[in-house]
Amino acid sequence: MAAVPHPNARATSDTYIGFGVPLILPAWVIIGFFLVVPVAMMLMYSFLTKEFRGGVIWEFSIAAYDQFFFDRGLFGDSPPTIEWTYISIFWRSIWQAGVATFFCLIIGFPTAWFIATRTGRNSTIWLFLITIPYWVNLLIRTISMKFLIRDNGPINEFLISSGLITEPFHIINTNLAVQLGLFYSYLPFMVLPIYAAVERYNFALSEAAADLYASRTVTLTKIILPAVKPGIVAGCILVFVPSLGAFLAPDLLGGAKTFMIGSLIEEQFKGNAGNWPFGAAASMILLSLVLIVLTLYARQQTRDQD
Amino acid sequence: MSRDNDIAVDIQNVTKMYGGFAALKGVSLDIRDNEFFTLLGPSGCGKTTLLRAIAGFEEVSSGAIILYGQNIADLLPNERPVNTVFQQYALFPHMNVTQNVMFGLLRLGQDKATAKNRVGEVLELVQLSDFADRMPGQLSGGQQQRVALARALAPSPKVLLLDEPLSALDLKLRQAVRLELQQIQHQTGITFIFVTHDQEEALTMSDRIAVIEAGQVQQIGSAREIYEAPKNKFVADFIGETNLLEVNVTDLDTGRGSCILPGGVQITCPAAEGAHSGPGHLSVRPERIAITALSKGLIQGTATRHIYLGTDLHVEVSLVNGGHVTVRMQNSTQIKIPEVGQSVGLEFEPDSARLLVD
Repeated sequence: MAAVPHPNARATSDTYIGFGVPLILPAWVIIGFFLVVPVAMMLMYSFLTKEFRGGVIWEFSIAAYDQFFFDRGLFGDSPPTIEWTYISIFWRSIWQAGVATFFCLIIGFPTAWFIATRTGRNSTIWLFLITIPYWVNLLIRTISMKFLIRDNGPINEFLISSGLITEPFHIINTNLAVQLGLFYSYLPFMVLPIYAAVERYNFALSEAAADLYASRTVTLTKIILPAVKPGIVAGCILVFVPSLGAFLAPDLLGGAKTFMIGSLIEEQFKGNAGNWPFGAAASMILLSLVLIVLTLYARQQTRDQD
Repeated sequence: MSRDNDIAVDIQNVTKMYGGFAALKGVSLDIRDNEFFTLLGPSGCGKTTLLRAIAGFEEVSSGAIILYGQNIADLLPNERPVNTVFQQYALFPHMNVTQNVMFGLLRLGQDKATAKNRVGEVLELVQLSDFADRMPGQLSGGQQQRVALARALAPSPKVLLLDEPLSALDLKLRQAVRLELQQIQHQTGITFIFVTHDQEEALTMSDRIAVIEAGQVQQIGSAREIYEAPKNKFVADFIGETNLLEVNVTDLDTGRGSCILPGGVQITCPAAEGAHSGPGHLSVRPERIAITALSKGLIQGTATRHIYLGTDLHVEVSLVNGGHVTVRMQNSTQIKIPEVGQSVGLEFEPDSARLLVD
């Protein structure tokens, strides 16, 4: 019997692996400087005291975090109770981002499947078509969407004039409008990684499953989904994480009731009314949340592979 | 026993069109119960299309596929009691060996304990019991091939389809696996339908062979029949090596015919059914031709080249009247090999030659 190859054996030799360091260096420098430094500054600011006209006073304080989690009454001398305002904004953001991710997945998966199964150059053309709307600035697209879904916008006018509805379908300033906006903003981030995974999928596996008496449903759940799972997970992360911190869609399409983390943070740094330490603290809490979720997922993955 | 029970698969006039291209043109053949049957032909001849039509991956354009008396042509692949060993194995990469082999059994509704027993049995049959917990990526090509075989055998299919399963293995391994496949076929009594483009594989393993070319069955028979008594030029040329001499057929009787060889000598030899008089082709295998003195030969020529093959030697002879002939000689010290440039006569038993259908 032939020798069993090492499970992690790769075609790449050490010579090529050696090139790795200079290749990754520019990215490391850029990430190190423009990501790590601002995050470190943010962390520092979240522990400083606020200046009333924006900015900070260089004095250590945990007031920002305290304000986020606890209510101490109007004058700050009542016994502390849990402050639900910000937690519920966070919760709503997670919910909105989750719903948007879900819609991106159920629309994006068939789309990606369709594109990946086109023959020859057709899939390239479809991929290009998917990305075309994203050549237009996100702000402009979101404003256009607001215009389209207004109570007296073209969609409602069409539905009323065609007699399908009598009252305008009220969608602007609702959760649905925000979810729609997020869905539209981030759909390609779901389609592209799933497309890449489906393109690598070996369709002989589906034939093998059918040959072994699996129905289409069983083939999908037991063979196809596990095979393209990395693409699905990557797509979900790429949609969920930016949706969570988004502020354009909630600002323009939603109202006061659909206030999300992104907008909350944005307001703290805008003009003179802001509270820099509080905005920094909210950012740090959001970042921790995302990191915890990703870490849990990564742990799960390594356990699956053992 | 009724005739139906002797026939495992009855292919009736099956045609498969891809747009305007006919991959199968009215193929009809019977595959007997408990038979090792091979579909042999060059790539693109339609043999794989036929196998995939039996498995259900290709819908036939017309015709019937009768499996033990039941027409399965309209059933989905998962509704057909046949299993396939795929060319690239198509093992489920996220499942270990046991889960791969168990997959079909669970789909058939077996409970886990029964299925596990069966998995143990088939893994023993393919000698992979020690690898039950490995992932496919941790196995060698030969081992993966065995897992694919075990997975397809586990549900005890009525017919096992094998789509060039040995083509990805190296030569030594391929030869060993041939014998094993034959043994497993005898042990299990399952009808095997084996697709290959490798004539040696077909000749050594099969009970019967269907030679396929251009979407049509050219000849069906045992290895000996198609080698010794090829029906037409394609079969004679594709199975083994042969010399095709251009002859003039003068007389035909049942199974025999007379013809005039290049150079004018007339012989009487076996003729394939359907051979016709006039210009035609005579097939003579290289190992059936002997080199002799110029005057004693049925045909004459000049030795032009030696091709060294190890145990054997090919001598190419270009004929006086055009064309050339290959003679296979044993590479032995006792046999005198003609020098290049030497004029030689060639002789053969007329009974080992054969007039063909063009």
